Amino acid sequence: MDYRQSCALSLIYHTTRGEVAMSQTQAKSNRKLIMMLIAGAIGMFGFGFALVPLYDVLCEQLGINGKTQSTAAQYTPIAVDESRTITVEFMAQIQSDLPWEFTPEVRRMKVHPGELVRTHYTAQNMSNASIVGQAIPSVSPGQGAAYFNKTECFCFNQQALAGKQDAALPLIFYVDPDLPESITTLTLSYTLYNITDKGYVARVEQGAEQ
Amino acid sequence: MSTITQDAPAAHDDHHDDHHHGAPKGLMRWVLTTNHKDIGTLYLWFSFIMFLTGGAMAMVIRAELFQPGLQLVDPNFFNQMTTVHGLIMVFGAVMPAFTGLANWLIPMMIGAPDMALPRMNNWSFWILPFAFAILLSSLFMEGGGPNFGWTFYAPLSTTYSPDSTALFVFSVHIMGISSIMGAINVVVTIVNMRAPGMTWMKLPLFVWTWLITAFLLIAVMPVLAGTVTMVLTDKYFGTSFFDAAGGGDPVMFQHIFWFFGHPEVYIMILPSFGIISAIVPAFSRKPLFGYSSMVYATASIAILSFLVWAHHMFTTGMPVFAELFFMYCTMLIAVPTGVKVFNWVATMWRGSLTFETPMLFAVAFIILFTIGGFSGLMLAITPVDFQYHDTYFVVAHFHYVLVTGAIFSIMAAAYYWLPKWTGNMYDEKLGKIHFWCSTISVNVLFFPMHFLGLAGMPRRIPDYAIQFADVNQIVSIGGFAFGLSQLIFLAVVIKCIRGGEKAAAKPWDGAEGLEWTIASPAPYHSFTTPPEVK
Repeated sequence: MDYRQSCALSLIYHTTRGEVAMSQTQAKSNRKLIMMLIAGAIGMFGFGFALVPLYDVLCEQLGINGKTQSTAAQYTPIAVDESRTITVEFMAQIQSDLPWEFTPEVRRMKVHPGELVRTHYTAQNMSNASIVGQAIPSVSPGQGAAYFNKTECFCFNQQALAGKQDAALPLIFYVDPDLPESITTLTLSYTLYNITDKGYVARVEQGAEQ
Repeated sequence: MSTITQDAPAAHDDHHDDHHHGAPKGLMRWVLTTNHKDIGTLYLWFSFIMFLTGGAMAMVIRAELFQPGLQLVDPNFFNQMTTVHGLIMVFGAVMPAFTGLANWLIPMMIGAPDMALPRMNNWSFWILPFAFAILLSSLFMEGGGPNFGWTFYAPLSTTYSPDSTALFVFSVHIMGISSIMGAINVVVTIVNMRAPGMTWMKLPLFVWTWLITAFLLIAVMPVLAGTVTMVLTDKYFGTSFFDAAGGGDPVMFQHIFWFFGHPEVYIMILPSFGIISAIVPAFSRKPLFGYSSMVYATASIAILSFLVWAHHMFTTGMPVFAELFFMYCTMLIAVPTGVKVFNWVATMWRGSLTFETPMLFAVAFIILFTIGGFSGLMLAITPVDFQYHDTYFVVAHFHYVLVTGAIFSIMAAAYYWLPKWTGNMYDEKLGKIHFWCSTISVNVLFFPMHFLGLAGMPRRIPDYAIQFADVNQIVSIGGFAFGLSQLIFLAVVIKCIRGGEKAAAKPWDGAEGLEWTIASPAPYHSFTTPPEVK
């Protein structure tokens, strides 16, 4: 079986048993093309993963996903635009396996763009076990997300509640006066997830420190 | 298109130092084979077995849906059936069938002695049975097999999936590696092994469409591999690509999946276009109308396929701008596809038509695939898609393009080239019976699904509201009939292999191409000296 000693790419080529007698030049140009195609396939595998940060960047830049910044905004006192009134609605949702109660202080409030507003959500752990929760915010309409600035938000941190414990979760925000005229209502929705047994600790805390 | 100056290329040449021989005997012939014809045969039989396996699962689905309420299987098993039916038909039946046809036909069509990478060819086939053994074995595990739909949307495939999900992931990895190796082989063969004079614009369209398909495969199968890898690490290793709680996004799953998924649907139809473009001229006894426009249309479809993925996810809450962009891009695909359909019709126009079984399947393909194309256009319209989304209208649409599209073209190809493969003519009468049984039953099966969908029946649910009962019964009867009809096909193929009227080298009057210049059955080694194409 002479093919055992044949070329380095013996997995791919074979010259035995009479099927293909390949010329040297042919083998060379085959080899070059194969390498290019394999490189293309590996590149596309990498591209699949590159889509992950690309997706986040695009959503953030275009403000199309309702995602708000995961870090605190700096509030520099700016002129409050008294002529406009924006309705801000607050929603609270809980992932089904989280035995907590979670409600906003108010369901709806009217604010002027530029005005710094303080409110809070309340959460109570209804079970006896201590549980770690993580709130994920989302703003609708999505185009408004970039103009909804939070200087303080419980969503920047994880919330650990012992059994039966309750807590007021602060939220301080202002609406950027550059908010497009077409938007008169912003709906802020928090979904609370149970991350007690998940390994997300490092990642979320890191986000909060930035 | 091309004239051929050599008519008995199978002649043994003395100046070759290799020893010509027939096929080796026994089981090891098939395990060790590097012969493109053997591997093509393996692929085709494998895909037929998978077609029957996936078909049996469809029968379970239709039996359960024969009546409202839950009678035969529990919902979790029903979900496994819809999931594995989809996976098997896409990755086990349609794609390997096309790879099998590519293996058999591309070397003979371009005047090459074999595929460029015969040993890799052996590998790309032989890892497939293992992939599907892994996938099917997961059905028997505790907690069951994959039950999240063939699209395996997160979080169904991560947070809520059965313990066997790792097996699903690994089997998809293996299928992907197999497809990529097959695609690399096809590209290298076509680029480097064409016979002298076989210039690009003389290539048969089946070769052209497969070349473009191969590039699509190399571009998107790795993305699928990446997606399943992310599912794997999300489920088992604590990453959060698709979990909002950890900073990920489940909607991103759909973007990445459909970035693979939409080119994938063209992977499953472009080779069909090549097959139909070979068969229609042969039975019209006229050259193909608009050869070069066919090539350009195929390439345009392939490029556009990368720009339309989000039409699968109009209801996820995209900005209006994006919805319009994807709507118009999707509709744009109708232009090159329309070019193809009109070219086939123009080829038949004033042709000297006969309707042997391959032609019957080809004509049925043109009509029924176009129906599937039209319902695709309807689905592309963003506002109406909000109504059609996730209903049986979608099921009707993609079964028209995949069953009466891809599968019918594969049937047509099998009938058209069986004489070349076996050396015998198939039983024309049985073939016609198979055609008419299939065509009537497939329409009874899928056409009423349009109405079910418009009336609001959701996909992938084992039960339905009482008002859908009558139509579902008709659909199920069509389904059983279509399933049974495929046993006729099996009988035709077996009968053809075992004997029958001897086939001439060129059994069809109007057939064109190098494969008809070699004897029937095609000798084990063909074109060991390249033919001269003028």
